Amino acid sequence: MSLDAEQVKKIAHLARLEINEADIPGYAETLSNILDLVDQMAAVNTDDVEPMAHPMDASQRLREDVVTESNQREHFQSVAPATEDGLYLVPKVIE
Amino acid sequence: MYHNKTLAELSSMLEAGDVSSVELTQYFLDRIKSKDADINSFVTVTEEQALAQAKAADETRAVGNAGPLTGVPFAHKDIFCTEGVRSSCGSKMLDNFNSPYDATVVTKLKQAGAVMLGKTNMDEFAMGSSNETSFYGAVKNPWDLNKVPGGSSGGSAAAVAARLTPAATGTDTGGSIRQPASLCNLTGLKPTYGRVSRFGMIAFASSLDQAGPMARTAEDCALLLNAIAGFDEKDSTSIEQEVPDYTADLNKSVKGLKIGLPKEFFGDGLDPEVAKSVDAAIEEYKSMGAEIVDISLPNSGLSVPVYYVVAPAECSSNLSRMDGVRFGHRCEEPKDLEDLYKRSRGEGFGDEVKRRILIGAYALSAGYYDAYYIKAQKLRRLISDDFKKAFEQCDVIMGPTSPNVAFNMGEKSDDPVSMYLSDIYTIAVNLAGLPGMSVPAGFANDMPVGLQIIGNYFEESRLLNVAHAYQQNTDWHEQCPAEFE
Repeated sequence: MSLDAEQVKKIAHLARLEINEADIPGYAETLSNILDLVDQMAAVNTDDVEPMAHPMDASQRLREDVVTESNQREHFQSVAPATEDGLYLVPKVIE
Repeated sequence: MYHNKTLAELSSMLEAGDVSSVELTQYFLDRIKSKDADINSFVTVTEEQALAQAKAADETRAVGNAGPLTGVPFAHKDIFCTEGVRSSCGSKMLDNFNSPYDATVVTKLKQAGAVMLGKTNMDEFAMGSSNETSFYGAVKNPWDLNKVPGGSSGGSAAAVAARLTPAATGTDTGGSIRQPASLCNLTGLKPTYGRVSRFGMIAFASSLDQAGPMARTAEDCALLLNAIAGFDEKDSTSIEQEVPDYTADLNKSVKGLKIGLPKEFFGDGLDPEVAKSVDAAIEEYKSMGAEIVDISLPNSGLSVPVYYVVAPAECSSNLSRMDGVRFGHRCEEPKDLEDLYKRSRGEGFGDEVKRRILIGAYALSAGYYDAYYIKAQKLRRLISDDFKKAFEQCDVIMGPTSPNVAFNMGEKSDDPVSMYLSDIYTIAVNLAGLPGMSVPAGFANDMPVGLQIIGNYFEESRLLNVAHAYQQNTDWHEQCPAEFE
């Protein structure tokens, strides 16, 4: 499986990742090499195998729906690039 | 001097009153100052906090409340969130991130009274096997400054090998504790998946990540694991199982121990000089009364391809939180929200992280999910089932940790696939969720060789016992690089 420049651009857009135009061919080549490695998976038939999501097949533990955290908004927002009135600031989304 | 002592020895010296924690801490801080420029193993040294913690530890000891780790210095891999201290994960993205909270592993070691000297360098977001992908520059192997220390816990490994700290924490997603331990002549343990809390440990691949100790001896690893293991309700995959005293079984005999040798770990691709050291280690176990069982892990050859679907898929999802909005790097003057996301991430992440995000996003995208992600999860079960069958025949599995000794800086950095293959013997253990160790087992071409020991689920005590028995009969783990004696 190999990826071309257009596919790399499309995936980079899906991942919201800016890649410099000049670097695209390099990414296309290394990603194609990685996919060649990954394609070795096709050699084994897995028709009747159940996919394994957790090493011990455990499911997510649930807890009672009660409040366990106190409000630490200011503390957590102290590491944010831009905030105002307790809100995170981003460029205007709705005109 | 103090730097040649193990964690256990330093603990005894503190207990006997031969040295104070403040003296010990100052000694290691001075040693970091004079030696770390050669190897670049620390990204942050927390001198002030360390001395404050040391003073508190000495006070705790004075009133008779000291435990085995009270006042003992160590270092944290910079993947662990530490409140008020930069927690960079080796990335420009988090260069400005002073975590607002502590990881559970950090909290537990604080409660045990251990003194954090600082945060160690690592491959960016733990993605790498050479510690060359760090934003803070490559780490050098104390055994040969032209060679890599391994990765991703390369800073922790180099710091302990150079005797800048008696021990350090690491994390292991595909071999990131065991491979650098092997390349730097250390003892490193990756516990069973879920044994140590992942809360506050910056996530790479959540179904594989696990934290563990890196030190010079199995005994030191046991002391550290005692402090960090255990159930944590803040980690939804943490396992509710009692934590034994990991030092209790250290001195048990290994007579009659059944050691499985998988033929797949001794085939093509293994450096013959590395094989010689591993064979000699196995002979040593035989002379101690262990029995050898030939086993097979027929699907283990597919573990690297499977890993490079599962791990990137999970990382592409985990790293979506780095968006330039709530914390971390933000680009200058974004023109709209999409531009903010794309440029913040494009500027904040290095090449290897970008590659893995792209592979993951591709494997999870519409039309490819079944062929890649589901297929990989099916093979993951086959790889895991191989181990289940093997453990019906043996108590532990042994083999090399890495197919080669430490390689030259830059040798593999332009060829990701060849870099990935350096984890060929460690990755299957993460996919199965089993505990694994690397133990110093000699030298090939003057560079350290590691013996890998793999155990059944929750058999960390047995692994530590098996490693400790070997270390009572050999002195490989005591060897120190000449420049750091």
